[in-house]
Amino acid sequence: MFAYIVRRLALMLVTLFGISVIIFFLLRIVPGNIVDILFAAAGYVDPADKANLERELGLDQSIIVQYLHWIGGLLRGDLGYSYVSEKPALDEILPRIPITARLAGLALLFSASIGIPLGVISAVNQGTRLDYILRVVSLSGLSLPSFWLGLLILMASVALFGTMPIFNPNPQSFGEALAIYCVPAMAVGFRSAALTMRITRSSMLEILRQDYIRTARAKGASERAVNYHHALKNAILPVITVVGIEAAFLIGGLIVTETVFNIPGVARFLVEAIRWRDYPIVQNLVMLIAVVVVVANFTVDMLYAVVDPRIRYTD
Amino acid sequence: MDAINYDTELRRAGAHSTHGWRKLTFLAQRYMLGTAGLVIMVMFVLAAALADVICRFSPLAVDSAHALAAPNSQHWMGTDSFGRDVWSRIIHGARISLAVGIGSTALGSSIGVIVGLASGYLSGWVDLVFQRITDILQALPLLVLALVVTAALGPSLPNVIIAIAIPLIPTVARVIRANTLALRELPFVEAAKSIGMSEMRIALRHVLPNTLAPLIVLATAQLGSTILTEASLSFLGLGIPEPYPSWGRMLSESAAEYVRTAPWLVIFPGVAISLAVFGTNLFGDALRDILDPRQRG
Repeated sequence: MFAYIVRRLALMLVTLFGISVIIFFLLRIVPGNIVDILFAAAGYVDPADKANLERELGLDQSIIVQYLHWIGGLLRGDLGYSYVSEKPALDEILPRIPITARLAGLALLFSASIGIPLGVISAVNQGTRLDYILRVVSLSGLSLPSFWLGLLILMASVALFGTMPIFNPNPQSFGEALAIYCVPAMAVGFRSAALTMRITRSSMLEILRQDYIRTARAKGASERAVNYHHALKNAILPVITVVGIEAAFLIGGLIVTETVFNIPGVARFLVEAIRWRDYPIVQNLVMLIAVVVVVANFTVDMLYAVVDPRIRYTD
Repeated sequence: MDAINYDTELRRAGAHSTHGWRKLTFLAQRYMLGTAGLVIMVMFVLAAALADVICRFSPLAVDSAHALAAPNSQHWMGTDSFGRDVWSRIIHGARISLAVGIGSTALGSSIGVIVGLASGYLSGWVDLVFQRITDILQALPLLVLALVVTAALGPSLPNVIIAIAIPLIPTVARVIRANTLALRELPFVEAAKSIGMSEMRIALRHVLPNTLAPLIVLATAQLGSTILTEASLSFLGLGIPEPYPSWGRMLSESAAEYVRTAPWLVIFPGVAISLAVFGTNLFGDALRDILDPRQRG
């Protein structure tokens, strides 16, 4: 087990290193840097000014030196400076994390509390009209773009209440805080709920076909006890994996939803930074996302071993 | 792992005949949702192919006198802030969605197949290197990777196709690799080896055709998510550039201000995206049930 964990951690580092290389060089394959863009807008400029600015931003050095500079800083907790605001990137990113984390947490909670029960109901009633309807609903959940769902929610709120929920960093009441976070979280979570439901359903169906379920039925256990006591306990295992998959899935949804609802979280910040070509912010945010995904997957694998005594990692 | 005999599977499912037309009608009846999905897909393909015939207005024609008109007999779905006809923009938008959907799925799958086959068949260091690259690509969400690639390459139709194809590669490669590893151990591959067939020939003539079923299932499943990703990219203003009528672009940020004043600008493009993706998802699900009985739920 210990050797396995060490090996996994080493592989995680290799993956993160690979991502840092890919992102850094990908953002720089296009000719023209931030200085060219700034100066192109200004018309004719003194080449000496341009060279000065390039030196100031470290863009006159070779790309490998620039990369090492970034990684070196990253290891010391220095993320560099935003090109746009000229503030330390860390100060720009840190305050936005709790906002996105709250949204993601609520969305996960929403998706599990809707997706798992509906998936079980669908599996237990396999082949009935209810199962059919639930399957179509879950498939439509995977088909609706979350930004459109967000726009529809805004539209409904205009029609019902005459206003739209506007993000307020310091909500006055608990109700306001709930509205600010829950509505967008539902827009993101709906898609995840659909995914959770599909996985719960197929995992539950597989378990229901097993011998020990037939045994339980044969000894006279009630349908309810079989479904919820015997089957669900084992069927829930693969659902844990979904949380790992959803870490990546949710981030995609958060990017568009934060944009629709104008929420100043990290996900929307990534889009803004890409638009402004604020590379120090882009590369650090991508690294942050990669760390979240990699750590989530690792945690899920470890959780698996804890929850299921049959799973022992050896290597 | 055994090869799957589809005709046996069909008979087991209750088909009387496994030939021609009757096989098709049997499948259509048994998989009604999948058939509905296929009908939706065909509808969108027809819309894309016949866009110029179906629409009375050019999707690019600006008519400021009729800007932001509500749906009426002239403009069935109203007009946008430039007075462009929403209906013809949606019909022409099917071309963009299909081009990106099919283009990126095909590109991503082909590269994925090559990587997966090489990885599973050659093993050794080739496998090790490809596995690490797959790990790296899979640690980033589809949309994030696509965003960064379009940011690097610049927004254009071919670049969007490339940007969405890259994140698909690892998923396809993983599935093909797993299949190849299993197939490599089967007697018919050993037989081919024993009669002196070259490795390349075995990989292409024997292993590849046997991975087609899972590949088709996976590709259809991904078609929906590529269409969604294009819509998201264009919605964020980093996908298909103006003036091309992309559904996501039509919903782009400016649409948020029309939530109050011009709801048709928000509703119709969203319906188009959702319907197209829903159709491919329905069809993909049925296809998985038919082609991959092991996964049948």
